[in-house]
Formats: sequence, C-alpha cells, structure tokens
Amino acid sequence: MNRAVLRFRSVLSSNTPARISFWVLAALYLAAIFAPWLAPYAGDDDARACSWAPPSEIHLREADGSWHLPFVRAVSYTFDDDARRVWTEDSTCRFPLRLFRDGHLVGLGEAIATPGRRVSDPSPAGRLYLLGADARGRDLLSRILYGSRVSLTIGVVGVAISTLIALVVGGIAGFAGGWVDGALMRLCEVVMLVPAFYLLMLLRAALPLDWDSRVVYFYIILILSFLGWAGLARILRGMIQSLRQSDFLAASRALGLSPWRILWRHALPQTFGFLSVQATLSIPGYIVAESGLSLLGLGIQDPQTSWGNLLEEAMSIAEIRLHPWTLLPGLFLFAAVLSWNLLGDALRDAFDPRSLS
Amino acid sequence: MSALLAVDRLGVSFATPEGPLQAVDGISLSLERGSVLGLVGESGCGKSATASALCGLLPSGARTTGSARLSERELTSLSERGWRSVRGRRISMVFQDPMSSLNPLLSVGEHLVETLRTHHDLSGIAARTAAVDWLRRVGLPDPAARLASYPHELSGGMRQRVMIALALCPGPDLLVADEPTTALDVTIQAQILELLASLRRELGMTMIFITHDLGVVERVADRIAVMYAGRIAEEGPAERILVSPRHPYTRGLLDSVPGFRPRTGRLPSIPGAVPSPRDWPSGCRFHPRCPHADDTCRNGAPDVPGPEGGVACFHPVGAP
Amino acid sequence: MKLFVLRRVLAMVPMLLGVSVLSFLLLQLSPGDPLSAQRGNPQVPDALIHRIETEYGFDKPVPEQYLLWLSRTVRGDLGYSFKYKRPVADVIRERVGATLLLAVFSSLLSWLLAVPLGVWAALRRGRWPDRLVSLTAFVGMSLPSFFLALLLLFAASVAPPIPGFGRFPIGGLVSPEFDQLSLAARVGDVLRHLLIPGLVLAVGGVAGLQRVTRGSMLETLRQPFVLAARARGLSQGSVLWRHAFRNAANPLITLLGFEFSALLSGAAFTEIITSWPGLGLVALEAVRAKDLFLVMATVLMGSFLLLAGNLISDILHAWNDPRVKLS
Repeated sequence: MNRAVLRFRSVLSSNTPARISFWVLAALYLAAIFAPWLAPYAGDDDARACSWAPPSEIHLREADGSWHLPFVRAVSYTFDDDARRVWTEDSTCRFPLRLFRDGHLVGLGEAIATPGRRVSDPSPAGRLYLLGADARGRDLLSRILYGSRVSLTIGVVGVAISTLIALVVGGIAGFAGGWVDGALMRLCEVVMLVPAFYLLMLLRAALPLDWDSRVVYFYIILILSFLGWAGLARILRGMIQSLRQSDFLAASRALGLSPWRILWRHALPQTFGFLSVQATLSIPGYIVAESGLSLLGLGIQDPQTSWGNLLEEAMSIAEIRLHPWTLLPGLFLFAAVLSWNLLGDALRDAFDPRSLS
Repeated sequence: MSALLAVDRLGVSFATPEGPLQAVDGISLSLERGSVLGLVGESGCGKSATASALCGLLPSGARTTGSARLSERELTSLSERGWRSVRGRRISMVFQDPMSSLNPLLSVGEHLVETLRTHHDLSGIAARTAAVDWLRRVGLPDPAARLASYPHELSGGMRQRVMIALALCPGPDLLVADEPTTALDVTIQAQILELLASLRRELGMTMIFITHDLGVVERVADRIAVMYAGRIAEEGPAERILVSPRHPYTRGLLDSVPGFRPRTGRLPSIPGAVPSPRDWPSGCRFHPRCPHADDTCRNGAPDVPGPEGGVACFHPVGAP
Repeated sequence: MKLFVLRRVLAMVPMLLGVSVLSFLLLQLSPGDPLSAQRGNPQVPDALIHRIETEYGFDKPVPEQYLLWLSRTVRGDLGYSFKYKRPVADVIRERVGATLLLAVFSSLLSWLLAVPLGVWAALRRGRWPDRLVSLTAFVGMSLPSFFLALLLLFAASVAPPIPGFGRFPIGGLVSPEFDQLSLAARVGDVLRHLLIPGLVLAVGGVAGLQRVTRGSMLETLRQPFVLAARARGLSQGSVLWRHAFRNAANPLITLLGFEFSALLSGAAFTEIITSWPGLGLVALEAVRAKDLFLVMATVLMGSFLLLAGNLISDILHAWNDPRVKLS
C-alpha cells in the first residue's frame, strides 16, 4: 500500500500535466464539498424579475466619479422590437460586495443610495450574477457549484459499483469454471455487444420516466454502472484463470506455501494497481455519460442540478445566441474530464509493469 | 591494384544519455576487388558498428571519424541523400536475422521487384523475370512459385537466401554480411556459406564477412581481421591467421574453439570478460586478460595494423 | 474468405438473439405494458390498441410473448411505432442510412487527420511537435462530443456565409430546397450538412487513433526490416509508408474494431444535438414516447452495426496482413 502511495507521489512530481490535473480536481471537489458556502445563492433561489440576466457588471466608480469597493446595481429588462430582452441598470442605488455574508463566501450588502439620488420605492432587489442567470433568475454559478456535487460524484460512485459487480462476476466465473464460466462470459459478451448509447436508452426505457427526485440519483448510478462492468469482468476472469494455471502458483505450492497467502500478498496488490488505473480511466466516461443523459432530459431533473442538466438549457441554438453563458457548465465539465484523463494516463504509465523499476 | 575499399583509422561513437560512447576506435582495412575479408570478434568489439558505418545506417547522434573510401569515394562525409545513391547500388548488406529483416506483409516477389525497379530501369514483367532468375541463382527450389510466398511461409535457410538475392540484385560492388549464418541451424549454415562462396566465384563479389565464429570464417575468407575492444588486434591472410596466430587474443580464440586444433584435456578459455566500451583498459586493451602482459602493455598502445596486415601487440607469439 | 464471412454472419445470429433476449427482459421491467402510454392517448383508436394487444399477446406469459415477437421479427415485422404511425421496420430503414453515412464519413476523416499527425509525432519524437499533438489529442478526447457540437453549432450560427459555400447549416440532413436541386447539388448539400456532425465525431476519434499510430510507428521503425529496407537503397517515402506504416497499421485496424462501439454511441449523441436524422435520434424519441417496439429495434440495429463493423475490421486486417489466418 505504501508503495502505491509512493508511486503516486512520484508520478505527480515528475509529470506536470498530471500535477496540474490533480490540483484542478482537488479544487473542483473541494468546491463541491463547500458549495453551500461558496455559492452566493441557494440552488433554488429564483428571481423571476431577473430571468436570463447577463453576468453582473462589477463597478468601482460611482456616478460622481468617487471610488468605492466593488459593487453591483440592480437590473431590470424590457423587450425590444425583436422580442429580445434589453437590460438596464437601476442607478438609484448600489449594492456593495460583501465577504462572509449570511453564511456565504460572497454576498451583497444593503442598498446604498447613489449620491444625489434617492432609493426608488419599492427598493429594487440586488442580485449578484457572476456568471449570469437562467430562465427563472437562478444564479448560474451557484447552480454550477451545486451541480458539481452530482456530476463529480456520480462518476466515482458509478465506477466503484461497476468494479464491484465486475469483481463478483469475474471472480465467480474465474474460480467456478465450467458452464457457470461459459454462461457468465456469454452474458458479458451480449452486454458488450450493445453500444453504450443504445444500452443507456434501453435501460432508461425500462424505468419510469417521471421519477421521484430523491431516487433519481440512485437510478442513474444503477444505469451507469451497468455500462462498464462487462468488459472489466472479462478481464478479471482472465486474470484469475491465468493465476490459477500459473506455474508460479504450482511452484509455491511445491515449496509448501499456502496459495491463499500468495494470492493475498502478491496477486492482489498487482490487481489493485490495475484496478485503480482502470477506475481512474473510466471515471471521465461516466461523468460524460451522466451529463449526456441529463442533457437529453433522461437523467437528473429539476429541481436537482447537474452539469448535464444545466446544459439542457443550451440545447437550443437560439437560446445560446441570446444567453451564451449557458454553455459555461460545459467548460467545467471539460476541465473535470480533461483532468481525470491526464491523471489516469499518468497513473497508467506509472503502474505499467513494463516500467516497473 | 587500387583497393576497392580503403578504411583509414575509422572511429565510430554513439550518443548516449551518459555521453558519447566510442564503439570503434581507429581501425584500418583494405579490400581488394574480388576478395573476401573476414571480420572476427566477440560481441561488443565494434564489428557491427563498423558494418553500420559502411552502409550509412548508424543511428542519429552517432559520429564517425577517420575515413572510409569506396573506389575513391569518401563515405564518412555522405549526407542521407548521398547515401541513397550508394546503398544497394554500391554497398549492400545482408543481416543476421532473416525473419525480422523481411517485411512480413510483402511477398518475396514484391520485395525483389521493388528493389530491382528502384535500382534498374525495368518494366514490371522484366523485373519479375529478373526476380525469378535471382531466386534460382541463390538456390531456391521452384523459384517462380516462390515469388508469391510470404516470409513466414519460408524456412530460415530459404529466407536468408532471399535476403542474399535482395542484397545482390542491385549489383553492388561490395557486400557486407553481418553475421549472416548466426541465426541458422548448423546444417543450413553450411549451405549458406557454400552459396556465398559459389556466388563469389560466379559474380566476382567483394565481401566483408562479419562473424564471431572462427569455424565459419575459415570457409569463406581470403583475409581475416580480428577485432577486440574497438580496435583491430591482428590482420592478415586467412591461412596465416588460423594456422599461426600472432596475437594472444587470436590464439586464445582459436584455442577455445573445440575441434579446431588437436588437443586433449580441458578446453582452455580466455580468462576475464570482454570489456565494455565504457571501461576500456589503458594501453593495450587486452592486457588484463593476457598471459604475457607487462608494463609496456599497460602503459602504451601498440601500433594498429595498417592495411597490409600486422599485429597490434608488443609481444606477439611465434608459431606454437 | 467467402467462407469466413459467411461463418461470421451466421455467428451473428445467436449474438443478436442474446441481445434481443436481454432487451426484452429489461423492457419487461417497465411498469405497465408497451401500450400503456397509448391507452390514454385519445388519438389512438381503441380498435387499434385491441388488435395489437392480441397480435402481440400482451396478456400471455413472458416467454410466449418473446417467441411471438421473435417469429414476427424473422418475418421482417418489427412491430408498430405509435410515434411515427408506421411499421417500425420502415422507420429503421429510413434512418439507418444517415447513421451509416455519418459513421463512415467521420471514420475516414479521423483517419485522415490522425495518421499523418501520428506519423509526424513519431518522427519528431520528444520534440515540440510531438508534445503539441499529444496535448491536442488529449483535449480532443476530453471534450464531450455534445459540448463540442453545441460550440460548433453556435459558431456556425454566428459565422458569416462563405463565398461558394453558403451559410453553415445548423442541423438537419438537407436544406429545405433539396428536392429542387440537381444531383450534384444534392450531394453537395448533404456533405455541407455532414460537416459539423462529422467533424464533432472525428475529433473524438482522432485522439486515440493518433496515439496508437504514434506508438505503433515508433515500435515499427525500430524493426530490423525497416533498416534492411533502407539498406537496399529504397526511397524514404517507400520505407516510411510501404514498409513501416503498413506494418504499423495492424493495431490501428484493431482499434477501429474496438472503437466502433464508441463511434456509434458518439454518433447517436451528435445526431441528437445536430438534428441529424439517424438511428440515435430515433432511439431517443422512442424512449421519450415509450415506443417500446421501436426501442427494441434500435437496440438490435445498433448491435448489428457493431457486429458488422467488427467484421469489416477483421476483413481489413486479413487484407493488410497475410499472416492473419481467417478461422
């Protein structure tokens, strides 16, 4: 175990892209954990009056030219002749940015009247949209942060379950042999025969379309883990079989050593290395699969958020042209997938038996 | 008679992560047209590097010093473009392992036709006819049918015959054979050697035959040069070298080949091991393993033999 | 060779049977029966529902239902699609062509891009071109296809028209005026629409293909026969392509087979985003409409395409490498 950790650390120190990826992932996962604190607003905090508000302009100078700490102004919209929204700022007051406000990292302070003006009545509501708002006026940044909790974890949990299933199936097949082995392998082949997308569609069709939002997460994980276990099960079964037949096992028996001990101390650590590399390499695929499902409206649904779910709003080109910030969750997705890919690749090279030193 | 190949103090060094590695350290050779030189030495002595240098096949980063002239044409200063007009047409090479030296995806006919058409202006049909001709010449049974065979369908001996045909069909002046029989069974070895000898007679071939096996070289070579640790230890007519070797290393080599000389008792072997190019000993490089070594040997390097032959030794041995 | 193909085609049958059993069983998990979505639909006449009920035996036990379905399928009757109001077989037949076109086009494109890049990277190993290509490949591999599709569509929608090319089409297979165009113009029209989905798919495939090309070329260039070819005085191009690359291509062809599954999946997603009327789009609409016969059919067709792709890859293997024994 120690050796694995040491190998991991040496990988990070020598491989710059992997190191950067590690820190990017660390930042993303930490942000997910601390989402309620980092996000300026709660996930469902909507404000219809600010529907599709663009990212807030952060000002430093007041109307009279005086300098202040960063602030934003309240916005409202009207429709122009082409039925597009035109946004105007309310110049009667400003809302300063405040740190550590109401249990959030960033928030807005009370309205401060612009010098020489009076706050209009009713007082406008200031909203901080660092990355813009959606149709219901919900802050995109907050939703991205909350969405990361689902998107980043579903991959990891899904891969874990897949691996477990693969271990069980591959293990049984490898040890039992005979017709059990044959039947299980045929099952794996059949599952592998259906391209992932169509398998997803099949599984999705098998489950009800309208879900209780609490169970959605688990259903999705179930579907996703069904994707990857078959290929891995076959490989594991092959590994177990070759181990059973290997000379090395026979030789150790001849020397009077218990085969289980050999398995435990030698075979398992090698398998562990292989499995962890496989897992790391599979995670990005699961993240993308969940995003894809949610994007099509077949996965995580409102009021829950995931990055794929958020991208669903970007599915219309007309919408993207009006509100390009709806594409931003895709960037986060890309960053996470790229980082996992680079990290997994570096790990694979490190654990490659041919490069063992 | 001017020599076909004149090598003068040729040196070859390879680029390695730890710095340049000298593999060949100033060898001089001379080859008359139509003669066969046997270049003998154990692995690590630099003979393969010499062969590569003569064909311009050294890896990038390798440097040559000295000179090697083929019919007055300087080879060491050739660019890659210059080499392409020399390879095949002037100097050709036969490699050690015929299985891996042939493209597994191309048939024998495709190999030959390609090489023939590269070097001669032939139509497809003429090239095929010439290919069959060459296969016959190298002793392949049923040559016309063999054109369609693939390398993996042939035996080791047949593959080597194909390789020889490939090397000879451009009509080179010089053939460099780098351990051509090492990878073959003993009986096949004899056949290939016989083939080379007969081709040599038939075509008047000039050849450098590289091997570690003295038993092999006695059947083909007119002259023999023995290499040790990047230098030539001894050079001269084959018969002289084999019957009365002067350099202690050559003697040791001959003594350690069973059946070469009549003897009884234990098979002698040269003590120690061939030094790697990183740890070449000072002075005469053989001195740590030589029974006659003294201070002169340790401190100074003996003169390397010139093109006319000689021994690189302070205390050459007389006839036994 | 013919015998080999025949045997492989016959071997497809039990595999597809297996897939059909799996799908059938999974779809049984769906609450209600395939018609429950239609029962509440006022547009669907009761008589039709009743007829389908008896014909497909929804009141019978599961194994019998499956056998009924199987017997109909062998005769070419894949069921009836409520969404499209036509036999499922017709729907599939209309859409498969578009998916095939997209798959083939993007495969060709990714090979055209990846092979030169991979060879170039192998020849410049360790230097900046190698690293640049490698990094670009990673980026391409990590960019989810649907995101790239959205980005490209967005770019296409704001891009000005190119002279001689017209505006970038944003989705669909053909322009509205397709029927009025000449044959040549029609081909051009389809190709213009194919560009974005094809590019999106190709980008995803280039990454893996380029890496394997590079690795395989590096490995092959070390082989003695490459050196021997140089020693015979053959030209650089000949040595590189006829000797080195043809040998290096073997793992690439294998990769083609493996990646076909991912290709079909990616194609489906891309079709949906770019409104390319192929099999993937049909599958999605079938799921949304709970049109279960259609879902079964698309799953089967997807698996069949995968098997066909693997077969083609094996044939290519045998064509390239005489050592491969077709058994």
